[in-house]
Amino acid sequence: MKTVIKQLTEAFGPSGYETEVTALIQSMVKEHVDEVKTDVLGNLIAVKKGSPDGRKIMFAAHTDEIGLVITHIDDKGFLRFGTVGGVGISTLVGNRVRFAGGAVGAIYQEKGSWKELTIDKLYIDIGAENKEDAQKKVKLGEFGIFHREFEDLGVRLIAKSMDDRVGCAVLIEALKKIDAPKNTLYFVFTSQEEVGLRGARTAAYGIEPDLGIALDVTLTGDMPEARRMDVSLGRGAAIKVKDSSLIAHPKVKDLLVDLAEEKQIPYQMEVLDAGGTDAGAIHLTKTGVPSGAISIPTRYVHTPSEMVDIRDVEACVDLVVALADKDLTSI
Amino acid sequence: MLLARLTEANGAPGQEGEVRDLIRAEIEPYVQEVKTDALGNLIALKNPDAPGPRVMLAAHMDEVALMIVGIEGNGFLKFRPIGGVDPRVLVAKSVVVGSKKIPGVIGSKPIHLQKPPERERAFTMQELLIDIGAKNKEEAERLVKLGECAYFTTKYEEFGHGKVKAKALDDRVGCDLAIRLLKEDIALPLIVAFTVQEEVGLRGAGVATYQAKPDIALVLEGTTASDVPGTDEHKHATTVGSGPCITVIDRASIPHPPLVQELFAIAEEEGIKVQVRRNTAGGTDAGQIQLAEEGVKVATIAVPCRYIHSPVSVMSKDDYEGAFKLAKSYLNRLQEREASR
Repeated sequence: MKTVIKQLTEAFGPSGYETEVTALIQSMVKEHVDEVKTDVLGNLIAVKKGSPDGRKIMFAAHTDEIGLVITHIDDKGFLRFGTVGGVGISTLVGNRVRFAGGAVGAIYQEKGSWKELTIDKLYIDIGAENKEDAQKKVKLGEFGIFHREFEDLGVRLIAKSMDDRVGCAVLIEALKKIDAPKNTLYFVFTSQEEVGLRGARTAAYGIEPDLGIALDVTLTGDMPEARRMDVSLGRGAAIKVKDSSLIAHPKVKDLLVDLAEEKQIPYQMEVLDAGGTDAGAIHLTKTGVPSGAISIPTRYVHTPSEMVDIRDVEACVDLVVALADKDLTSI
Repeated sequence: MLLARLTEANGAPGQEGEVRDLIRAEIEPYVQEVKTDALGNLIALKNPDAPGPRVMLAAHMDEVALMIVGIEGNGFLKFRPIGGVDPRVLVAKSVVVGSKKIPGVIGSKPIHLQKPPERERAFTMQELLIDIGAKNKEEAERLVKLGECAYFTTKYEEFGHGKVKAKALDDRVGCDLAIRLLKEDIALPLIVAFTVQEEVGLRGAGVATYQAKPDIALVLEGTTASDVPGTDEHKHATTVGSGPCITVIDRASIPHPPLVQELFAIAEEEGIKVQVRRNTAGGTDAGQIQLAEEGVKVATIAVPCRYIHSPVSVMSKDDYEGAFKLAKSYLNRLQEREASR
């Protein structure tokens, strides 16, 4: 499992440019599913067929990560950039970036106070000596990501893009464990979540699921002087009550809680003030889809050092596996 | 000239009728089907049964405008913006109001009556009024109805080194490009959607796409250029005269990467000067089009326009011709590819 998380989190996949991640996932899942395809927006959809009395469940974990895009190359070869998704300016100075074409650079700031730092005052140094040199390494409009390696700290792991490669890893591990499920399972590795839940919307339109479940990271409140949030690392899978994109369908939330109780899977309830997940897009599809989310508690979300606890990740896998055979007639 | 007539026509979001009638009359001889849908989008079909991918060209008909929301006792009109309008550009501009095109002027308190702090700041929308020269409230009420919109009276004009100045280039330049492309000899199944209410939230495009069911969509736009003195070069979203721009990301969409790459490749092969849109803000109809049903491959080609969303914007005729050539070359290649299948 840790190997899968390492491979996924070290892959390149800013919103819209997720093909390296989807190709990697395709190679990991193709032996274990009945069908696998990609669609116009870049979603990878892996299907495991169920029995005739089962229903359709769409599981969604997004492949994209936050990143940046080159908007200017100056005469000395420095780059200016815009952000892709919710990038916090305070996380940028001194960080490294890697571009689609392989160039690596460091971010720094013009002179001035931290308080007045804006994206316009930051630049990327790719070690170019001048504009021509820079243009050999990168192109205007090229997308980049934060360049960071995976670290295994024992039960806890740090990496960039845990959001949401850890969700992808949960689905990959779950689908390997599921054999002949009752329900037909659509494991959708979605694109463009970070810029507005876009891939999940078009995927759900095609699938028309009876139940939608997002697997995504959520925030925790267990750090020094942290913003209040009753989710902690190591206390189990987080079952979503609400976020700003979704109020989990009460029956879906209760079903997940009952399932966790029944299978003795550690869980905690998640009430998230801000932020959304793919379930926000799925539940509004066509005439509506009962939806919820299983979240992986994660510290330092949207920084290059997102931290998860492997026991929580495993609890999420167990909950997905349990749901595969669950009778859904009550929903 | 079509572009002149298009920019001089008036069409606030939700009130695109005048623009729609003009376009409809212009395109009818060239299409097999044309209809206005429930939201007011004008959707034209050319060669609907031809083989090949269904390609949609989209341009929005609406422009930012000022909606009349009140008539004062002395016959002056109160207004609010529909779409993004900077109140600082409004004072002392000529306008016409409503379907009767009643002439008016945007008025303010004269400078000698302004208190010192008032002179230090721009007037807010609430402090400005439209003067239609009415005798009193009753006369104003006969001429103008609440909910009608006021428009700038700017005439289309070519000037300087191949430049054009006009109002509403965003997005009548896109409408003009779509109409020109429609008149070309293209054998693909072509859907041309002239959309409504883009300026207030990309509202028409989604429902138009749902009906049209395209495989690919090219959104034709007028976009912001910020190449004016006093702005740092790295803050220039686009520059006038450097060719049409291709969007790689904005707030509403990340255009389909293979399609974007193909457009850049065509531009290089055909010697068409193009630029990357170097700003991630703003949004176009592409945002709604790409999310319709199971998704659509989208790209946006835009003509850079200075002073957008103001009484007068400026574009380059070369950029405009470049946008036409780029879109045309793409359609030609798609058609050749289809023919060689």
